[in-house]
Amino acid sequence: MTPPLLGGVEEVASSASLLASSTSVESVCENGSAELKERNYMGLSDSSSSGDSSAISAVTGESKTSLNLKATELRLGLPGSQSPERNSDLCLFASTQLDEKPLFPLHPVNDNHGSSMPKNLLLGNKRGFSDAMDGFSEDKFTSDSEVNAMLSPRSSQNLGLKPGSILENLSSQPAKAKEVVGQKPAQERPLVSNDPRANNRSSANNSSAPATKAQVVGWPPIRSFRKNSLATLSKNTEEVDGKAGASALYVKISMDGAPYLRKVDLRNYSAYKELSLALEKMFSCFTIGQCGSHGTSGREMLTESKLKDLLHGSEYVLTYEDKDGDWMLVGDVPWEMFIETCKRMRIMKGSDAIGLAPRAVEKSRNKD
Amino acid sequence: MNYFPDEVLEHIFDFVGSHKDRNSVSQVCKLWYRIESYSRQKVFVGNCYAIGPERVAERFSGLKSITLKGKPHFADFNLVPPDWGGFVYPWIEAFARSRVGLEELRLKRMVVSDESLELLSRSFPNFKSLVLVSCEGFTTDGLAAVAAYCRQLKELDLQENDVEDHRGHWLSCFPESSTSLVSLNFACLKGDINLPALERLVARSPNLKSLRLSRAVPLDVLQRILIRAPQLLDLGVGSYLHDPDSENYNKLVTAIQKCKSVRSLSGFLDVAPHCLSAFHIICPNLTSLNLSYAPGIYDNELIKLLRHCHKLQRLWILDCIGDKGLEVVASTCKDLEELRVFPSDPYVGQAAVTEEGLVAISRGCQKLNSILYFCQQMTNAALITVAKNCPNFVRFRLCILDPTKPDAVTQQPLDEGFGAIVQACKDLKRLSLSGLLTDQVFLYIGMYAEQLEMLSIAFAGDSDKGMQYVLKGCKKLRKLEIRDSPFGNAALLMDVAKYETMRSLWMSSCEVTLGGCKALAKRMPGLNVEIINENDQMEFVGGCDDDRQKVEKMYLYRTLAGQRRDAPEFVWTL
Repeated sequence: MTPPLLGGVEEVASSASLLASSTSVESVCENGSAELKERNYMGLSDSSSSGDSSAISAVTGESKTSLNLKATELRLGLPGSQSPERNSDLCLFASTQLDEKPLFPLHPVNDNHGSSMPKNLLLGNKRGFSDAMDGFSEDKFTSDSEVNAMLSPRSSQNLGLKPGSILENLSSQPAKAKEVVGQKPAQERPLVSNDPRANNRSSANNSSAPATKAQVVGWPPIRSFRKNSLATLSKNTEEVDGKAGASALYVKISMDGAPYLRKVDLRNYSAYKELSLALEKMFSCFTIGQCGSHGTSGREMLTESKLKDLLHGSEYVLTYEDKDGDWMLVGDVPWEMFIETCKRMRIMKGSDAIGLAPRAVEKSRNKD
Repeated sequence: MNYFPDEVLEHIFDFVGSHKDRNSVSQVCKLWYRIESYSRQKVFVGNCYAIGPERVAERFSGLKSITLKGKPHFADFNLVPPDWGGFVYPWIEAFARSRVGLEELRLKRMVVSDESLELLSRSFPNFKSLVLVSCEGFTTDGLAAVAAYCRQLKELDLQENDVEDHRGHWLSCFPESSTSLVSLNFACLKGDINLPALERLVARSPNLKSLRLSRAVPLDVLQRILIRAPQLLDLGVGSYLHDPDSENYNKLVTAIQKCKSVRSLSGFLDVAPHCLSAFHIICPNLTSLNLSYAPGIYDNELIKLLRHCHKLQRLWILDCIGDKGLEVVASTCKDLEELRVFPSDPYVGQAAVTEEGLVAISRGCQKLNSILYFCQQMTNAALITVAKNCPNFVRFRLCILDPTKPDAVTQQPLDEGFGAIVQACKDLKRLSLSGLLTDQVFLYIGMYAEQLEMLSIAFAGDSDKGMQYVLKGCKKLRKLEIRDSPFGNAALLMDVAKYETMRSLWMSSCEVTLGGCKALAKRMPGLNVEIINENDQMEFVGGCDDDRQKVEKMYLYRTLAGQRRDAPEFVWTL
């Protein structure tokens, strides 16, 4: 019996890799309630079958890092929607396809901006978010948040799997899913390399993480003294930031379309580039990358043309609310001034931010 | 030479420094043996169970300094249960009884009790130097005894020990008069320190050259200490939390500027990420830098610091430096000889290192001879390039964090890469492997690694052949440690006499069986073959069925002392 998913797949020109990936998807489908297996940083599950497409159990006691990553995986469905977890499976399967080219040509990012794709099966989808997903071209194909969300997470390997309604959604989206799966390989590579590291570090160093990830005893070969020290030190550094002479500067960061906000300590960074990198990792889709980094050293001012580049180059921009209550574009002022005046940050849609540009550039011109 | 009086021979032997050479000298004839034995002052015992303390004291009547190593290396990674052994007390007691004029005791991976420290401090009036590395079992009370009773103490060096902290009063136990302290390292202590006592101690230790502080020592105390001891050569900063605008910080900057002699810098155990710039002024003098306990320093700060370190010979660092940071090291630190890159915590925005960092280092640092590198991934091509660029490696330890990861580009095993390393590095003495590896890599090691003395293997190989290649080929092998690899009895028993030429062999989670170990123990009475049976994994239920059980952990070593009497229940000596 072939699930509807495969049926949909066959409509497209078939290829070995596609079938392979769909087979693996099929096996997941057949799993029904996906068996939760612990996955350690090596990608081995408890049963030590490295080829096993197992998922990570979402245990509440998971390390802070993985919880955060879970939170960053923006679920566009209603809170409580189970769509995101499915991603892990798809990602895992697709990770075996690393070397294979995507079957389907990637559409240009803005292809479906303001798409006419039917918004069916959508629970409170915020289109904006799916558009913004960096490099994830599946948003072109579907406005279905469930499928999008499935494909998004870079940190999915950390996330718990819940058996769920994904399967139903999957099966009803055959046309979408095939493309989704096909494109996965292009995205998976960076993800896979990032995640084991995150997993590894947290599992190696965070002694508070209960044994949800099956750790290999004595690996990596670091002296336990060092391991314990680093674990303590990293915890303390987080506390310490609040106690240090320069007290921590936690500001909220919201992102349009995301149900969760984040908080960062601005004192952890010393330049816009660092902040943007961190936010990029946090939100997995944000491309402030160029913000501030084009500026001349020490000044980090955005010119009007660069600002336009920025806005056209990505769907989202980073803005902040300053002491006066004004919403400003991040990157205009020197970093030190920025952290003094920033009250909170918001990642807003490019379209909303256009209005800021002249004012921001004006303000920066005034400072010259 | 036989017509020279003994004193002349003795004088000549004074110039023979290394243990190996002295051992060779003592083998020449009975006369030389005798003279060398009573003139040898420094003795090295690589395995504390290989010989008994009485015999050592008897042979080396002029013994002043002894180095002892206890637990097997893999004990560092929690593979050896606590209470396995490695107690120093019998040694101290035997030396005290034999009236050895002990002046220096250096221990690694041993269990040191407070009683042994007290006995030590009372038994040897000329005792000068205590160095403990990765030891455990003592508290600050033991340190207090050493401080109080070793009146001639010059060196108290505690490296990465597990010490139970009973408050910081031990620092007050040093004699009130001027001390002879030259080196004091208590960086590994976790508890509070009596700060005024510390400052007073530094003030009355005019010879102090090396000082490594623990996390409990804050910045203002550091600053005052530096004012008092600007002659320091080696500084370990404790806590480095500060407000860049504060007066304390400014005072620190002034104090550091006076420390023109500092050649070695370490610590930063608690660090706010900014403003290491206070130290930039001493960086150009540094030959050794250890920031491997400072995860709070971000890569750009690290890089700014490293750009000043032109004379660096030794660098220990966390992988948050990233490949880009390593490129900076490669272009700045042309004298670099030893590099260790440790894995750090998962900070947002931190980069790890890959093969690119290693290649960059190999291109820039031609003098590199020792490396320990924890990385995300590696490729054969990178290793081949590194081998070409740096044929001088004496120690090469690579740890890919995913233990069976293949070449990141070709997905092939890393046999060719490591093969290139062993072929190019003719002086390679120590090698640690990781990544996906087949028997082929061991073939290369057996063929080319002629000087190899220590080999660490994990999750590697396909069959007994792998281990056999190594045992056959590496004539100078002294320590072999293997975990989670498919080597069994055929390999273990291939050349049993070889183990008497080696210090020790460790095999865990391999394919050797109880029967194989028994056979080995029977044929080689000069070896202690120990099975570590935690959690009652194995049972002697009687009958020969036992012998087919796989042995989870086996540790064998040559010994003149016979079976040890202090083995715990879970250790069986066959």
